[in-house]
Amino acid sequence: MPVQTVAPKIQVKAPEAQPSTSSKAKVAVRNLDFFYGRVQALHNISLDIPERIVMAFIGPSGCGKSTFLRTLNRMNDVIPATRVGGQVLIDDHDIYAPGTDVVELRRRVGMVFQKSNPFPKSIFDNVAYGLRINRVTNSSSELADRVEEALKDAALWNEVKDRLKTSALSLSGGQQQRLCIARALAIRPEVLLMDEPASALDPIATSKIEELIFDLKKQYTIVIVTHNMQQAARVSDTTAFFLLGKLIEVNATEKMFTAPNEKLTEDYITGRFG
Amino acid sequence: MTSLTALCTLLAVSALLIIISYIAWKGIGSLSFQFLTDSPKPVGEGGGIGNAILGSLVLLLISSVFGLPLGICVGIYLSEVGKGRLAGVVRFIVDTLTGIPSIVTGVFVYAVLVLPMKHFSALAGGVALALIMIPIVARTTEEMLKLVPHSLREGALALGAPQWRMTMGVIIPAAAPGIATGAMLAIARVSGETAPLLFTAFGSRFFTTSLNEPIASLTVQIYNYALSPYDEWHAQAWAATLVLMTLVLGINIMVRFLTRKKF
Repeated sequence: MPVQTVAPKIQVKAPEAQPSTSSKAKVAVRNLDFFYGRVQALHNISLDIPERIVMAFIGPSGCGKSTFLRTLNRMNDVIPATRVGGQVLIDDHDIYAPGTDVVELRRRVGMVFQKSNPFPKSIFDNVAYGLRINRVTNSSSELADRVEEALKDAALWNEVKDRLKTSALSLSGGQQQRLCIARALAIRPEVLLMDEPASALDPIATSKIEELIFDLKKQYTIVIVTHNMQQAARVSDTTAFFLLGKLIEVNATEKMFTAPNEKLTEDYITGRFG
Repeated sequence: MTSLTALCTLLAVSALLIIISYIAWKGIGSLSFQFLTDSPKPVGEGGGIGNAILGSLVLLLISSVFGLPLGICVGIYLSEVGKGRLAGVVRFIVDTLTGIPSIVTGVFVYAVLVLPMKHFSALAGGVALALIMIPIVARTTEEMLKLVPHSLREGALALGAPQWRMTMGVIIPAAAPGIATGAMLAIARVSGETAPLLFTAFGSRFFTTSLNEPIASLTVQIYNYALSPYDEWHAQAWAATLVLMTLVLGINIMVRFLTRKKF
């Protein structure tokens, strides 16, 4: 993702107290900096994500929201010449501490990508992949149960139950994205990161994904990056606004879209820039 | 523009068609069941190329056993594991190997295998062909693996797959049809090689499958018969050429069939 290097002209004071929607922070980010080579993409971000809520990240393209999302399960590690400063605490454990098992981390923090990326395997094998590599179960009946459960959770079961052995690539775009959600859910992550999961989908498929996110909130902590402010308003409890690699404001979604604390947030939401 | 490219296409395609039809026309007269199953006989007594067909298959089998796994592993290294300078050096070496004339490979194997063993052998011939295969297979494997979309890698990693599991379980299966095509192209390429076999497998007039003895091959048989002064052997060389071409074509068609996109 391209990152603007120009410093914002308007000075912003750091966001103050976190919203008190929930009791305990599942994810706590402390003074996070992130660099692509010499370019600093994230500046001193601190943020608490409470358990079992949906938090939306909004902001213009290149503001660092996707980069920030990917720091939460260390997916940026695969990009060469990147560097992280600060802390990301999940259940009070710093995931950037030396000796952290990244594989284990990614099992706990699942991710759904902007473009659906089913493996060129059968529908069943796609969902079973995470279960198999993590040796969740040795019994094939239990494996089948877990796959069924994940597909039901992703609201896809009824559409695919008769053709689990066919290729995942034969599904429609919206179905493929729900399959990828099912695949992520199958290993029962604690946190689910979604990077613009509906941006490539039509309105009907989008509304299905949004309903799904609403249901999943009961069990999972969900962080969703979106370009679509109506979507953020519809699905999220809390919204965070990013601009030029800085976290401008975090607030309860309702408040964010009616009476934001920051002038910049208001300008963005009302479409004055971005 | 259209007519120029069409003309060039026509020229290229017609060259292939002319070669195929000329060989078929010259070779089909001497083809018979006996020709395909007999071993060679002295001039005037007929004889066939059964031992050469068998020998070629044995040589291809040996070279595949050595060459394909090695080449595929090098390709995986270049695409998935190797980073920075070292990978660059390996890639350069592999590219250089691709350009080595096949007769040089033959001489090299003669020096390091045939001389110490003190005799020609099927094993030496197979190793020579394998050396030609390795760089071809390595580079096609690398290219095919690099074509696998980055999103698939991220998808696997995000599910908690360690790198080796991602490579084995997702990346290689996704690239498998391409890798198989590369392997088959390499096999088709070496099945037409004569030079590296001249002083390694040498040739034989008998049916043999022993790895420790000289073995016949279609290409060397064609070479020997074509150089001979006898019309009968010339005719047999044409027929053997037709058989060789059919074999290569058969391999290619089989690959297309086996690697049809299933998913």
